[in-house]
Amino acid sequence: MGKRTALFENHQQSGAKLVDFGGWDMPIQYSSLMEEHRAVREQAGMFDVSHMTIVDITGPDAKPWLRHLLANDVERLHPNQALYTAMLNDEAGVIDDLIVYQRSSGYRLVVNCATREKDLAWMNSHLANFDVTLTERSDLSIIAVQGPQALSILAPLLLNYSSLTEDSLSGLKPFYAIEADSVFVGRTGYTGEDGAELMLPHHDAQRLWDELLSAGVKPAGLGARDTLRLEAGMNLYGHDMDETVSPLAANMAWTVVWEPEERQFIGRAALEAQREQRQEQPSRQVLKGLVMETRGVLREGLTVHCQLDDGSEAQGLITSGTYSPTLKHSIALARIPANTTSCEVELRNKRIPVRIVRPGFVRFGKKVFD
Amino acid sequence: MSDLPSELHYTATHEWIRVEEDHSVTIGITDHAQDLLGDIVFIELPEEGSTVAAKDELSVIESVKAASDIYAPVSGEIIAVNEDLADAPETVNSSPYEEGWICRILPSNPAELEELLDADTYAGMCE
Repeated sequence: MGKRTALFENHQQSGAKLVDFGGWDMPIQYSSLMEEHRAVREQAGMFDVSHMTIVDITGPDAKPWLRHLLANDVERLHPNQALYTAMLNDEAGVIDDLIVYQRSSGYRLVVNCATREKDLAWMNSHLANFDVTLTERSDLSIIAVQGPQALSILAPLLLNYSSLTEDSLSGLKPFYAIEADSVFVGRTGYTGEDGAELMLPHHDAQRLWDELLSAGVKPAGLGARDTLRLEAGMNLYGHDMDETVSPLAANMAWTVVWEPEERQFIGRAALEAQREQRQEQPSRQVLKGLVMETRGVLREGLTVHCQLDDGSEAQGLITSGTYSPTLKHSIALARIPANTTSCEVELRNKRIPVRIVRPGFVRFGKKVFD
Repeated sequence: MSDLPSELHYTATHEWIRVEEDHSVTIGITDHAQDLLGDIVFIELPEEGSTVAAKDELSVIESVKAASDIYAPVSGEIIAVNEDLADAPETVNSSPYEEGWICRILPSNPAELEELLDADTYAGMCE
């Protein structure tokens, strides 16, 4: 038996099919992945993501420490704003990707479940000379309520849990957070839809989950979470990048803040060297979107045969692939040479041409590539 | 436990087989198999009129989660294919034993039918 979140019984009551995910028994789906996916794109769905790790960062050196630890720069955050960032090792490999929320006092990080131990070990090993306190918040559950109707359903229910008003929630800008009375609400998510991620005490989470259910929010499992994030073109750690992959080869260059030059974040030297080297490499690896409109499904691990602009051929790799329930054909993320002009994927001994697009396929319910 | 009609035969690779009055056999995948696969999105159907040997790859079923090969439970000629599945593969999820049948084979070696599993044996293998 794996670890259970506080919402385990709620899931059982909703008929969840459970799988082991990083040592946790988590719902992979309830009734049907397709229905759960559609609910998030068209109405509202909710995910229990309490298996993810929350770490609160406090102390006088919280900011300088995070500016050293993370490739993105928390100096750029406005009060209550969130940012997405990589945490790099000295070789500029991605230890993890995470969200940082700025709070009135300190910061809140949300890191992946499967990387919890190595993340905490890494953070703790880089505390020397910083007056910083790390507090893991295993006392909180995380519920992601996502979809075009998510906020309007959620707002009135939240009144019972904190002094947050409906106005404060509806006035919340994307990628900002508010909190009151141990309820934390970020207007963030992993689906490409509007919505919120809630962090709140376990007993409140159990009750709120049931209230959301009664209000018509559909419970959605990790299966739909994966098809939704892939349609949104968002990376999944351990698949689209890991410690052996540079953020520059994982469509994460936009999360790296180079200015000011004197900010010595971990991995910076190696990353600068990579950046220079890549400028002279037309066939440098980049993460792209693939679209296959014929029958069949692109899967992680498949080889991509790439025709390069100099007439040569090279191989790429599918890092995430699925059937897109919204688009009704297959989509994938793949690491391929930047100068690829066309590519084919080998499916059952047949080479099928696929289109190369920017990563990102569906946003707010609509197709976003040409 | 999932639905397992006792009048059908089964294979360890999750196909079901129904012997028809004309001695042909109808083939599909079990309720357990469709449940494991989850939402089915494509089915590569076998070709009508072709001949297969037992354990040959007959068809490929793709769900959102995974691709799965379907094997011929017996040797013979494929005399009918459920063309409706090309446009509505999800029928295999909703009705694995009725509308979700995949094809019919005229067995060339009826002795192979003896090697198929009954519902209880198959159920034991799924546990």
